[in-house]
Amino acid sequence: MIFIRRVGRRVLPCFCVLAAGLLPSLAQADSILEPVGPVGKGDALIMMDALVIMLAIVIPTMIATLGFAWWYRASNTRAVYRPDFTYSGKIELVVWSIPTLTIFFLGGVIWIGSHTLDPFTPIPSAAKPLEIEAVSFDWKWLFIYPEQNVATVNQLVVPVGRPLHFRITSASVFNVFFVPRLGSMIYAMNGMVSQLNLRADKPGKYLGFSAHFSGDGFPDMRFDPVAVPAAQFANWANGVKGAQLDRNALGQLLKQSRAVKPYAYRGVDPALFDAIAARRVAPGEGPEGGRGGAEGRNVMPHGGAP
Amino acid sequence: MLGKLSWSAIPFDQPIPLIAGAVVVLLMLGALALVLAKGWMPYLWKEWITSVDHKRLGIMYVLLGLLMLLRGFIDAIMMRAQQAVAYHAQGYLPPEHYNQVFSAHGTIMVLFAAMPLVIGLMNFVVPLQLGVRDVAFPTLNSVSFWLTATGALLVNISLVVGEFARTGWLPYPPLSELRYSPGVGVDYYLWAVQISGIGTLLTGINFVTTILKIRAPGMTYMRMPMFSWTALASCLLILAAFPVLTATLAMLTLDRYLGFHFFTNEAGGNAMMFMNLIWAWGHPEVYILVLPAFGIYSEVISTFSGKPLFGYRSMVAATLFICVVSFMTWLHHFFTMGAGGDVNAAFGISTSIIAVGTGVKIYNWLFTMYGGRIRFTTPMLWSMGFLTTFITGGLTGVLLAVPPADFILHNSMFLVAHFHHVIVAGVVFALLAGIEFWWPKAFGYRLHEGWGKATFWFSIVGFYVTFMPMYVVGILGMTRRLQHYDVAEWHWWLQISSVGVLILIVAAGCQVAQLLVSYIRREELKDITGDPWNGRTLEWVTTSPPPVYNFAVLPQVIDTEYYWELKQRAFEQARLSEEPKYEAIEMPRNSPTGFVCAFFATIIGFALIWHIWWLMIVGLIGAYATFVVFAWRDVPEYMIPADEVAQQDRARRAARQHILNTGEVAWQ
Ligand code: HEM
Ligand SMILES: [Cu+2]
Ligand SMILES: [Cu+2]
Repeated sequence: MIFIRRVGRRVLPCFCVLAAGLLPSLAQADSILEPVGPVGKGDALIMMDALVIMLAIVIPTMIATLGFAWWYRASNTRAVYRPDFTYSGKIELVVWSIPTLTIFFLGGVIWIGSHTLDPFTPIPSAAKPLEIEAVSFDWKWLFIYPEQNVATVNQLVVPVGRPLHFRITSASVFNVFFVPRLGSMIYAMNGMVSQLNLRADKPGKYLGFSAHFSGDGFPDMRFDPVAVPAAQFANWANGVKGAQLDRNALGQLLKQSRAVKPYAYRGVDPALFDAIAARRVAPGEGPEGGRGGAEGRNVMPHGGAP
Repeated sequence: MLGKLSWSAIPFDQPIPLIAGAVVVLLMLGALALVLAKGWMPYLWKEWITSVDHKRLGIMYVLLGLLMLLRGFIDAIMMRAQQAVAYHAQGYLPPEHYNQVFSAHGTIMVLFAAMPLVIGLMNFVVPLQLGVRDVAFPTLNSVSFWLTATGALLVNISLVVGEFARTGWLPYPPLSELRYSPGVGVDYYLWAVQISGIGTLLTGINFVTTILKIRAPGMTYMRMPMFSWTALASCLLILAAFPVLTATLAMLTLDRYLGFHFFTNEAGGNAMMFMNLIWAWGHPEVYILVLPAFGIYSEVISTFSGKPLFGYRSMVAATLFICVVSFMTWLHHFFTMGAGGDVNAAFGISTSIIAVGTGVKIYNWLFTMYGGRIRFTTPMLWSMGFLTTFITGGLTGVLLAVPPADFILHNSMFLVAHFHHVIVAGVVFALLAGIEFWWPKAFGYRLHEGWGKATFWFSIVGFYVTFMPMYVVGILGMTRRLQHYDVAEWHWWLQISSVGVLILIVAAGCQVAQLLVSYIRREELKDITGDPWNGRTLEWVTTSPPPVYNFAVLPQVIDTEYYWELKQRAFEQARLSEEPKYEAIEMPRNSPTGFVCAFFATIIGFALIWHIWWLMIVGLIGAYATFVVFAWRDVPEYMIPADEVAQQDRARRAARQHILNTGEVAWQ
């Protein structure tokens, strides 16, 4: 017992230090608790609501656990030993109803949150959303701006304050499109089109990456989005230079490549995205062989630009 | 001749797996040499390898599980070391290798460490708790064990011959399809998991039959100890879920071997179907692990509080409730695939409903302690560590079940922290508590308390220091399975997490020390009475270790906690119950069937992985022949004469009588 008490005294301060370090650091740069758009704010709010609802029963339960265990320790002569106290209808009733009521409450939060924050639901706004088509390849992202007739690789530039409507698919394996500070992520899947509605309310450069493991080049599938004022966005779109994004260029993208530096295309085949999504083009090529297959991989290091 | 197998399969260019593999091979050869030199082989063969005794099989399962836990832990150390240094750098593991490490870690921990440990304890304890002599199908039980060992062996062979899967512990297509994973890694995964999965399914059949059909006379369902109830629930889940796993992996196998298109990107394949199917197994799988863990906590908390389990019926109801609901939640693993508000909300709610069952259990454990006289032995410390830790782990789980929260937490390090929170504090703590608790029953001596407590304290501190930082980096946006990264805010949290692993290494050292010290001091830690903890269930009636036949005479159960009642009566009247009439006992004969089966299964698996078709046919013929020989066997089981039984049981009674006479009780 003494041993426990002694260790407890040592462990407790450690936790306090840890907890104190935790709070400010959670509000750091790319934290999901520092959202810059309505979707991220909504997600984080629901998360905090759910957390508070649960803490309301978790904290008393923790205290009761430690309290009971402490008080009823065998060496405590003041505690009353009641070996026959093994059932009480009243307690069972309470024991089933506390979690049930909590889940009722939480169920409401879940129901409402799932509907209002469904990624397919457009963000209410007077402005017409900016259309962006995103395609994941091994191992880079392609963003097509159909209205601007430009496309970028591993680079996402968006106007501040205007709703963004993404259509997302994959030309090879599964990936997830995720910008923590903008909110909701969604899968990029071959043969399917996911939709995602986001809005960036603050200019800045944010972390953006694939949040689903997709193979050897996965850690470098970064596209850190930049949010800029509308006028600057228009300037940028007008100024983009690059080759034509046609079937030929697509053929290059379908080859595996890692850590691709951002670059752009000017002039986009308007049917390209739908052709990929509908599997009218062959899927990403994959490696040539692994161990126990033909040896040697055909990965373009740091490249892929035409 | 050798299919795809050639010298290029050995990773001569990668020193780490090569050296690790060489060390393992040397250790194994050394052990074998020792066994042969000392002439232990006949003993091992007769008493262990061909044994069909549920207790021996249970012990071998636990040994396998502990070894694999160590292997998985080494993988974990490698990952933590990599992420501690791979900031703006490639670290020491290239992606090809890092990706194998986390895939192997997850696969091994869940399927070859946690599962064998859970099934091992079930094997050892359930027949004893039910007051019977063995499981329904003893030889099948041995087949199950050896098939599980085959799977573990194949995974470990992949360390040096070829490669392991680089697709994560669940091989999601299209990444796991031939186009994107042309190597043998995924094939190793598929055959290892398929072969051990058959073993697990057979275990499920065996234990459901045992628990439903053979219990001691008078042992009605509502008199079954809680651990046996949870074992039943877990095995029912195995029966329902493992065929789904087998079928799903079979489909992926057809894609890879015969050019089918279930999940491919071409010809109308649909990979999303795989996610649905694999999680239809995967979610129940976590309850297959955690329900028996809950059973262990129930036994431990009740024993060391000196009280029956509070709200026993409620606990049974909550177990079955979890059992059923766990099949209705699989979609929470991919809320972010955009299934729409209605579907996401429905699965979010069904998932949080499971928490009701778990909450009820927590409160009942609380009230078991209420009014108790709690002895803080090592198993009880693990249970306290569980109670206080699991509540918050469950909280983060329910948080992930809220779809909008999952939209920003899915696949993040927050998720990794969550599942380790529940699986380490829920399952691993329980298994260590269970081993500690039933060790005297298995080996006849207790484990050293001091080293046990040290293990506990280092583990719990190490656990928090390792996994809490993962929650933080998850909130800071970090996704899982990253071989390198360049975000400064993550770096130092990941380093703290690595310090936590150092503490866990100390804990693992203490655990090994505990086993060694206890073995050396086994005489002074000896359990003479067979009831070292003042136990309440039938396994404590018999001697430690129990005779092959478990009970000289099957107990006639007339009550819940029958043994406890019996013991109290003996104390009151200061005498034992009347000596029973002893009869000869029929016990199953040992059989090499399981071992031989597994030998051929290993050959089949290896041949399939490397496309060595003739070898596969040899293996199949061998396995079939083994089956036929066993099925046609015509030898009677063997009898243990009544005299021998009587003699052994009188010795047991004498030890108990001694306690009554002297009134001295050395209960921990
Ligand atoms: C004992 C200390 C342990 C440590 C330090 C540890 C650490 C880790 C780490 C660092 C990861 C990978 C994170 C990433 O995605 O980069 C991981 C993944 C995983 N761990 Fe553990 N782990 C431990 C024990 C366990 C146990 C006991 C189990 C299960 C019984 C387990 C199951 C898993 C699974 C299923 C994964 C996912 C693998 C994947 O991404 O496919 N771990 N663990
Ligand atoms: Cu889909
Ligand atoms: Cu699940």
